Amino acid sequence: MGKRNLRYPNRILTIGELYGHRENVFMETGGKMRKFTFAFIALIVAAGVLSAGTTITIKGSDTLVRLGQRWAEEYMKLNEETVIQVSGGGSGTGIAALLNGTTDVCEASRDMKPKEYKLAEKAGVEPYRVSVSLDGIAVYLHNDNQVTEFSLAQLKGIYTGQIKNWKEVGGKDARIILYGRENNSGTYAFFKEHVLEKEDYAEETQTLPGTAAVVNAVSKDKNGIGYGGIAWAKGVKFALVKVDEKSPAIQPTMENVSDGTYPISRDLYWFFNGKPTGDLKKLVNWALSPAGQKIAEEIGYVPLSKEQAEKNMVK
Amino acid sequence: MQSYDFKPKSKVGEFIGEKVISISAMSALVVILLIFVFIFKESIPIFTDPEIQEEASVGKMVFKQEYYEGREAKWSWQPNSDVPKYSLLPLFLGTLKAALVAMLFAVPLGVGAAIYTSEFASRRMREIIKPVIELLAGIPSVVLGFFALIVLATSVQNLLGLTFRLNALTAGIALGLAVVPIIFTVSEDALSTVPLSLRDAASALGANPWQVSLSMALPAALPGIAAGIVLGFGRAIGETMIVLMASGNAAVISGSITDSIRTFSATIAAELAEVVFGSAHYNVLFFIGSLLFVFTFLVNLGGDVILSRLKTRLQGRLE
Repeated sequence: MGKRNLRYPNRILTIGELYGHRENVFMETGGKMRKFTFAFIALIVAAGVLSAGTTITIKGSDTLVRLGQRWAEEYMKLNEETVIQVSGGGSGTGIAALLNGTTDVCEASRDMKPKEYKLAEKAGVEPYRVSVSLDGIAVYLHNDNQVTEFSLAQLKGIYTGQIKNWKEVGGKDARIILYGRENNSGTYAFFKEHVLEKEDYAEETQTLPGTAAVVNAVSKDKNGIGYGGIAWAKGVKFALVKVDEKSPAIQPTMENVSDGTYPISRDLYWFFNGKPTGDLKKLVNWALSPAGQKIAEEIGYVPLSKEQAEKNMVK
Repeated sequence: MQSYDFKPKSKVGEFIGEKVISISAMSALVVILLIFVFIFKESIPIFTDPEIQEEASVGKMVFKQEYYEGREAKWSWQPNSDVPKYSLLPLFLGTLKAALVAMLFAVPLGVGAAIYTSEFASRRMREIIKPVIELLAGIPSVVLGFFALIVLATSVQNLLGLTFRLNALTAGIALGLAVVPIIFTVSEDALSTVPLSLRDAASALGANPWQVSLSMALPAALPGIAAGIVLGFGRAIGETMIVLMASGNAAVISGSITDSIRTFSATIAAELAEVVFGSAHYNVLFFIGSLLFVFTFLVNLGGDVILSRLKTRLQGRLE
């Protein structure tokens, strides 16, 4: 066996063998399609078995998926005839699903873009938007960084690349290393609109997949700065943010986001096709009720104020 | 009891059996073709739809653009800007930089290991080294990427005092780890295929083992080693998870390997999930996919052609 075989030389590796084990982009898209098919089949089966009850699908933002899941669990306990399926994939994926008619509820951490509204019109979908919770965007710094606060103008300067050195904002003489999110994340879009005032991020901004990766990167980089949700704080410190030089610097806490004093906060939305009725209406109004908002607060989201929640309910 | 009677049950059975296996062989070809057709189909609007071309034509992807009046023209990848910018140059540069670093790291390692294993190692040693290196090929790339992100990046930064923790160098080294087994396996195969008769002839003429290896076996197997390098390069270009995690994904134009980079494959992986369906951005991502497909296909084809030529040549000499 061990001897070299002359008649049958060792085999050639084929493309398939070489690539069988790798993360292939094309296979990833294929996997997604398979997932769609699978979800579709599961849906039909579920619909057949539970023909007495209703099935609601919720899809969209990765920021909101945890909240959607908790709400679904609690709601299903209270309403046993209803089945709710929750999945993530991103705000853009959820909106696409709403336009294709493959989801009942689309979760999004941003408003729909003008382009998406136009596509909705073409598809005959009337997006109905309900703000279900709030989220604050915190600015992360390395624990050893002397800088403690920024004005919005300074943050804009830093992320557009005009301010390149920490000494320009009161730190030591070192280059600022920028960390951010991928360009299709809702967080990226929100930060760009509200802090960068729609200008482009500096090209040196390192984009990482997910808030956890940003927190991890900043915790390991003395000169790093990053941004993301306020529920993530392990190993980094939060910078205080002030509207301008004269106003007070605000800590990114749940209370400060909820009452609107922290300057970088956003609404998290549920989109429906048309004004929700029946089970969908019941679900969203329950989510906005004190019981629903309490669950949001328990798992780290910022609840709406009571008046605001009541105002957002579907009449 | 085992039976060695291979006589077919009937002519019909034989016919059907042959057709079934020929269909399974053909299916691979069909699948490859279909994948390409579908991926390319999604990028067609770039060439035909004037509305899409306004944002992203081939010219805009290749040439320097003056995005804002009065400001300097540049190459820039900012697809979600108010003025979308779809220049492919920063991505191309990033892809190339990562692949080159990976090759600089993997070629000496892979080829060196192959020469040692096939020429000098004892049979016992060979039986240990070969499976271990082949095991490296079995590590999922996401695990290599995670290793690079958490461990390698910090060590490389501290060792060299780099400004950017995630950069082309770190990503390239991790990518190299994924490429080593390919280069090793193919090169080792090529060296082992050099006929024993040639070796015996060289020994009979008085060559010592070193001379047999370096002056006879290595030149004879050189096309095979080249094929391994080419195949490894194809993998380095197409590999996604490692660069997505370890390269920093900043689309900058710079010649330095210690700056962050953004590659084609990582761009698709990061952006496709959330892109607006049917938008120019969506079409451009599929166009990048087509480019990657064609490129890796050609590279792999090249590698396979070199390899099969080598085999016929070596066997031809036998007869």
